[in-house]
Amino acid sequence: MGYKIDEYLRQDKLPHIWCPGCGHGTIMGNLIRGIDKANLDPDKTVVVSGIGCSGRASGYMNFDTLHTTHGRAIAFATGIKLANPKLNVIVITGDGDGAAIGGNHLIHGARRNIDLTVVLMNNHIYGMTSGQFSPMTPTGDNATTTPYGNIDQNFDLAGLTKASGASFIARGTAYNTRQLIEIFAEGLLHTGFSFIEAISQCPVNYGRRNGLSSAVDMLKCQRDSSVNIRKWDSLSEEEKKGKFPTGVLYKEDKREYTEMYQEIIDSVQEEAK
Amino acid sequence: MDRFEIRLSGAGGQGMILAGIIIAEACLYEEGLNVTQTQSYGPESRGGASRAEVVLSKEVIDFPKVIKPDILVALTQKAYDKYYDDVKNEGIIIVDNSIELSDIKVKTYQMPIFEKAIEEVEMKLSANILVLGIIDSWIKQVKSSSLKKAIKKRVPEKTIAVNMKAFAVGKKLAEGGKIDEQGEY
Amino acid sequence: MRDRIKLLQGDEAVVEGAIAAGAKFFAGYPITPASEIAEGLAERLPIYGGKFIQMEDELASMACVIGASLSGLKSITATSGPGFSLKQENLGLGMMIEIPCVVVNVQRVGPSTGLPTSPSQGDVMQAKWGTHGDHPVIALAPSSVKETFELTITAFNFAERFRTPVILLLDEIVGHMREKVVLPNEEDIEIWNRKKPEVGPEDFNPYQETDGLVPPMPNYGEGYRYHTTGLFHDKTGFPRGTNEDAKNLMDRLMAKIESNMDIISLYEEDIRDDDEIIVLAYGSTMRSAINAISQARKAGIKAGWIKLKTIWPFPADYIKEVGKRAKAIIIPELNRGQIIKEVRENIFGNAEVHGINKYDGTLIKPEEILNMIQEVK
Repeated sequence: MGYKIDEYLRQDKLPHIWCPGCGHGTIMGNLIRGIDKANLDPDKTVVVSGIGCSGRASGYMNFDTLHTTHGRAIAFATGIKLANPKLNVIVITGDGDGAAIGGNHLIHGARRNIDLTVVLMNNHIYGMTSGQFSPMTPTGDNATTTPYGNIDQNFDLAGLTKASGASFIARGTAYNTRQLIEIFAEGLLHTGFSFIEAISQCPVNYGRRNGLSSAVDMLKCQRDSSVNIRKWDSLSEEEKKGKFPTGVLYKEDKREYTEMYQEIIDSVQEEAK
Repeated sequence: MDRFEIRLSGAGGQGMILAGIIIAEACLYEEGLNVTQTQSYGPESRGGASRAEVVLSKEVIDFPKVIKPDILVALTQKAYDKYYDDVKNEGIIIVDNSIELSDIKVKTYQMPIFEKAIEEVEMKLSANILVLGIIDSWIKQVKSSSLKKAIKKRVPEKTIAVNMKAFAVGKKLAEGGKIDEQGEY
Repeated sequence: MRDRIKLLQGDEAVVEGAIAAGAKFFAGYPITPASEIAEGLAERLPIYGGKFIQMEDELASMACVIGASLSGLKSITATSGPGFSLKQENLGLGMMIEIPCVVVNVQRVGPSTGLPTSPSQGDVMQAKWGTHGDHPVIALAPSSVKETFELTITAFNFAERFRTPVILLLDEIVGHMREKVVLPNEEDIEIWNRKKPEVGPEDFNPYQETDGLVPPMPNYGEGYRYHTTGLFHDKTGFPRGTNEDAKNLMDRLMAKIESNMDIISLYEEDIRDDDEIIVLAYGSTMRSAINAISQARKAGIKAGWIKLKTIWPFPADYIKEVGKRAKAIIIPELNRGQIIKEVRENIFGNAEVHGINKYDGTLIKPEEILNMIQEVK
């Protein structure tokens, strides 16, 4: 089926600044297809981003868009959404922006179960600043600030957001675009805090230092290490090693923050009458 | 200057700040009377030193804090030791009778504040309102009825009756009389 | 009338002022001595259909307030020194992308945790230079509970009118002091709202100034679909990365404040023709200054006072004029001397400039100012 991509992109701002082989353009393109599939009103849709490679996505998307400070996009989005709950509010962040400097806002956004769709583009590295390790750089890998190997452990972002209270959690890859579009559409239509980790590739600043210098190799790696959640549970522990599940990992009907606040307003105003 | 200054001092949790607020609130019911109320307290909500100050004047009040009080109330030894020497010559000091007095320069009244709060009001926490009853007649700018109105407004609703009793016990104490069980509360 | 006479704390006057100004959104984080503002607005805002949210930290509170303003609500946050430090990051973004909002700082003694329950005026320079880079700042400092109510409304009006965050600098004394105040009738309060675009989305440039230097601002969701970024940008809102855009934007941001000094710069004076000694103060310190001046005058000393209500931008031209006729200017401050530097920079006459400085959490008493007046007379 055809998607209305052109209408949702600011054509005059293209080509984008992402490096050749980067997965971010693919993910943004699929997010736009997801928005179209979910049939969101573009006049009522706001895209908020932070700082880093992922942060630049908001500039290319033809909605009300806000490019904020490093890590804080979810906090800005919280204000936008609570002030006008009729808006569809999408946050685009990265693994440095969303899991390091913005980690606190990620868990508290999830805790409130406020109706935001958070897309975390995970390329396992700080790309914009040329390759420092992020909380998602695998242990033992190389980055410019781990000259002797990375000893830090990673977050399990799906587990973190689930424990924090998110009501929709999914993971996809730049490789599997069809699945990514489905996930985005479902996440956008879900009422509550939707967290979607989109695995991206950074051949320039991550792959090159870790034996995967071509984007094609990195995409193949995404293909080979991802397993659809429907098959995941049937794998043995041995088979799961080095792999990760994709698809909608968790979904729950749960009371949403702005709806609960509206109930407070309604009851307080009723009482004041 | 018709500036009249009150300093209420004690320990955190004794309700001195609330007592200050009540005096200030009572000034709302007095035509043309201005008031400022300030406080100083430690970061902890219980146990630290606590001080409330109220300044009353028919004129605009510039400096909002007490310069030299007309009335000092001290509920702890620490508070008394700190402030007793800083009262106007014609001013008065009210202290709990557990407090040891230093060289007396101004009129100082030792009163069984906590004892009465425990025995007659049966609520130690009402000592602050009892104090208001004691100093009521010295605050000429504010009518007794205004103070009572302010107490009713500022204390928890469930405690209004017991606090009105505390106020009455305080008034009797000030008059040197004994509390009449049938007295008006 | 009766219900307009109230015993209010300065912090409570911020709540009343915000409601009167039409505030519909508060985001904040608990901190002494500003928590009463959050508590008051948590209770009051929903009554007027407004929203309150307690955020996970101070950075998020500032971000949230900017987001809510972009959605079209008049927004406010409140904090004290440690939180004000944390807010600087997003306060800078708010200035850069021109977001109307009010940031209250009830000053306590710093640095660090300092003296959490004691008054200070130590954040005066932080209010001007707290976030990195050059930036436009409006900061107001009330000296009484009534002025706190009035300047809270003024802060919202300036924020909306000039499209910028406005800082309201209380100190612990003003914030926690209770005073009898008579609140004005609703119809007597002047309210400004942000200018909305007069053109449709196809002709709209979000950072195109129209009359004055302030660009109109649509709400999110009104179909304008515009971009906003903390990068230097041109009138379209997009970054081009040019040095020219950086200079043009910075010049306009500064000029929109500086060219409106006649509106923004608020001060009062009581200076008689032959007064030679001037006490210049702001915030709670002003109260001691007025007391000291009236005592000095009774003693026959020719002294007057200036009260700054707008601290930033500093009224340099006015102070230059005062400097020409005064023999001495005395500046009492609850810090080691912050505004005094601005005064010194603008004195070209013979006036001596003296500071009275306290930074131990106690107030400057009237007699301390009076002593200085007698010394310099």
